[in-house]
Amino acid sequence: MTTAVETIRDEPLTIGGRTFQSRLMVGTGKYPDMETMVRAIEASGAEVVTVAVRRVNLDRAKENSVLHYLDPKHVFLLANTAGCYTAEDAVRYARLAREAGFNDFVKLEVIGDEETLLPDVQGLLEAARILVKEGFKVLAYTNEDLVTALRLEDAGCAAVMPLASPIGSGLGLLNPFSVRTIKRRLHVPVIVDAGVGTASDACVTMEQGVDGILMNTAIAAAQDPVAMAHAMRLATIAGRAAFLAGRMPRRDVAMPSSPTKGMLD
Amino acid sequence: MDVVINGERKNVSSGTLLELLKELELDPRAVVVEHNRKIVRRAGLGGVTVNAGDAIELVHFVGGG
Repeated sequence: MTTAVETIRDEPLTIGGRTFQSRLMVGTGKYPDMETMVRAIEASGAEVVTVAVRRVNLDRAKENSVLHYLDPKHVFLLANTAGCYTAEDAVRYARLAREAGFNDFVKLEVIGDEETLLPDVQGLLEAARILVKEGFKVLAYTNEDLVTALRLEDAGCAAVMPLASPIGSGLGLLNPFSVRTIKRRLHVPVIVDAGVGTASDACVTMEQGVDGILMNTAIAAAQDPVAMAHAMRLATIAGRAAFLAGRMPRRDVAMPSSPTKGMLD
Repeated sequence: MDVVINGERKNVSSGTLLELLKELELDPRAVVVEHNRKIVRRAGLGGVTVNAGDAIELVHFVGGG
């Protein structure tokens, strides 16, 4: 008899030739303070950590830089092009990010609408094509539209990142069907990015079979970000394990779990 | 002379981009420099002279999602 718990064997996540053990990626924005951010990242178990490219504040450059707090030897820095509204701007930010010298990965965002922060898929495709040609490993933040996802893959993106719901909304996975369809049809990794609010959202998202999940606000804006980061770590693992385990079919009628035979007269 | 750094007019001494970073007390390893819309590699910073009216962007990584 063995007492060891047999867990489902999973393969590591490989994106653009890089392999990661954790399927949870986290952002570094909006934390109450840098110390909390560092502890939350540690609690999340994430290896991929996103950062933004911004102007140096000439008065207090050191305190301002996230690299003052994060060791690029311990985390994989994924620069984003957040805040860019045109393909041209996104390409410019991506080039600047690569020049920082850490890697040639970029989380490509081209935003099309200020209120919803939904992506401009035309600009996104345009920027993706340019950056892929320049040798970038592009992880494209997009909506949950299959055709756009297919075109991003055709354009050579290393991963496609459909949203669960709008950035920072915490509404959770609004369209599991579309996300599942994207995952089924694409060959490159599918990482759901944005919209997760709490651990159950992360779990449900991973249960769709996607390769990973990226979140920021759900952790940073929790009342206790470190505790929430821990919860997200568990939820991501649980959701992945449940997907690999294969859920039971849904049925519209009840079926007893206990034998119907052997009842007393 | 006057240059525009990160969108703000600033009076700096003449010299190279590397000297400019020193003047601003910035570590060249911690910033990326764009000079008149062209990225200047770290190794090349000492070879580019700053001229009056130049537009210089100095960026780095900050927290983001």
